[in-house]
Amino acid sequence: MKAITDIQEEIVNEFSLLDGDQEMTVLYIMELGQKLPPMEEAEKTEQNIVKGCQSTVWLTSKLDNGRVYFNADSNTAITKGLVSLLVRIFSGQTPDQILDANLTFMSKIGMDRFIGTQRSNGFAAMTKQIKMYALAYKTKMEVKS
Amino acid sequence: MKVSAITHLDIQKIRSEFPVLDQQVNGKPLVYLDNAATSQKPKRVIAKLKEYYEGYNANIHRGIHTLAETATKAYEATRESVRDFLGAAHVEEIIFTRGVTESINLVAATYGRSFLQKGDEIIIGTLEHHSNIVPWQMVCEEKEAVLKVIPVNDRGELDLKEYKQLLSSKTKIVATNHASNSLGTINPIKEIIELAHAQGAVVLIDGAQSAAHLPIDVKALDADFYCISSHKMYGPTGVGVLYGKKELLEKMPPYMGGGEMIKDVSFTKTTYNDLPYKFEAGTPNIADVVAFNEAIAFVNELGKENIHQHESELLAYATDKLSTIPGITLIGTAHHKVSVLSFIIEGIHHFDIGQMLDARGIAVRTGHHCTQPLMERFGIEGTVRASFAVYNTKEEIDSLVEGLKRVVNFLKQ
Repeated sequence: MKAITDIQEEIVNEFSLLDGDQEMTVLYIMELGQKLPPMEEAEKTEQNIVKGCQSTVWLTSKLDNGRVYFNADSNTAITKGLVSLLVRIFSGQTPDQILDANLTFMSKIGMDRFIGTQRSNGFAAMTKQIKMYALAYKTKMEVKS
Repeated sequence: MKVSAITHLDIQKIRSEFPVLDQQVNGKPLVYLDNAATSQKPKRVIAKLKEYYEGYNANIHRGIHTLAETATKAYEATRESVRDFLGAAHVEEIIFTRGVTESINLVAATYGRSFLQKGDEIIIGTLEHHSNIVPWQMVCEEKEAVLKVIPVNDRGELDLKEYKQLLSSKTKIVATNHASNSLGTINPIKEIIELAHAQGAVVLIDGAQSAAHLPIDVKALDADFYCISSHKMYGPTGVGVLYGKKELLEKMPPYMGGGEMIKDVSFTKTTYNDLPYKFEAGTPNIADVVAFNEAIAFVNELGKENIHQHESELLAYATDKLSTIPGITLIGTAHHKVSVLSFIIEGIHHFDIGQMLDARGIAVRTGHHCTQPLMERFGIEGTVRASFAVYNTKEEIDSLVEGLKRVVNFLKQ
């Protein structure tokens, strides 16, 4: 499993190829979203909806062998693309790695330019939800051991 | 409307009056199609704001120095222009507010609170903006009055047959928009007013979406209240107007207490100022009101008939072109519309469409447009809305269509 900082660096490098072209960037984000594994309809529950997003975002997680795996879906293509970046960064990491992670890629790919204030809040809500899951799993693992 | 009065507007010349239009957004020429939210401002409006602050900024009405006098005259000159613009009989029937929202709240909170009784009814339309729903709900709750709603047909037109059924001697207020911000529907307000008056109800018209596009004559309409907003008709933000019939305004209590709205104040008794000042507590938005006069002059000089003619051409052209996009459904296909085009595309969320268009420099609005009950009526969460102003061109509509085709091709491949 690659380190979170390395994955962020990869993302920054990929976006730099788009040369700041807004339309290409938006298309690329949507394309990333299309690559997420499909989410079962049964998993699209009220409970799995991330609170604080303007669009509907479902986020699921599971713990396997000490690592947390995420999947996500959204009713809007761009949001799905954005959340796919988080899935790529965090899925497969340990709870501690997730909790210690510092996300720096957003400003480096100029995310503030192509997502508005509303979506930025939504993005923060998704990150928070991911860390909440990690914390819950960490606690669970500690109780067991 | 006299056909003979129509002249061909020089749109490029008009565009050159709007500095904001001449820019690149995301590397593409800006295509501004969000005019129902707010219109852009011509140089003369911007210049007036500067002139005011640089030349005669002073608090109005009570000052006796020269600057105060100049500012007062400029402020009151706008009031006279608004009176003429709306066809009102008396200048004291023109109250300045912060916008249509405040104008409606003012009527609901003063007329509504004073004259509604338990069991009375207020009728609004399905097409209302939240600002013409919520103030009435609030007063209904307080006075135990009942809010009734005129349904719309599938084209987004009010059902007048149903409206007649709803009207009764219990109806005290009817409030509806002149034109719908979400669908563009132009409502038959003259008929709506006549029918309400026959039952003894007063009528408030929300003119936010009509002021820049349609001729308005409150006397001919016999409207009791008519509200407009400066920023949707090429003027500054933060200025609205409440027109009210003098006899109604006179019997309404003040809305806010403070300076300007009083005649005499003592700790035991305050007497209120005359109209219109009774409703203008505190220092008003002097600069923006002064500059609003330039926006009115701009519209008057172009002529509402000419503006309407140009925008109708744009609407027809856009309706025609957009219909060719696979999976598109136009929401709101009324026979009489202002230049608003709302639509959805099957399988693509309106946010994605809006964001993709923005990446190409095209500004549209996406969402429920503050008309959630209307969206519910059509069984949708929201739409993409393109709304045109006098400075828009067919080439800009071509850009919109090209952008939409690209979204559809990408997301449906």
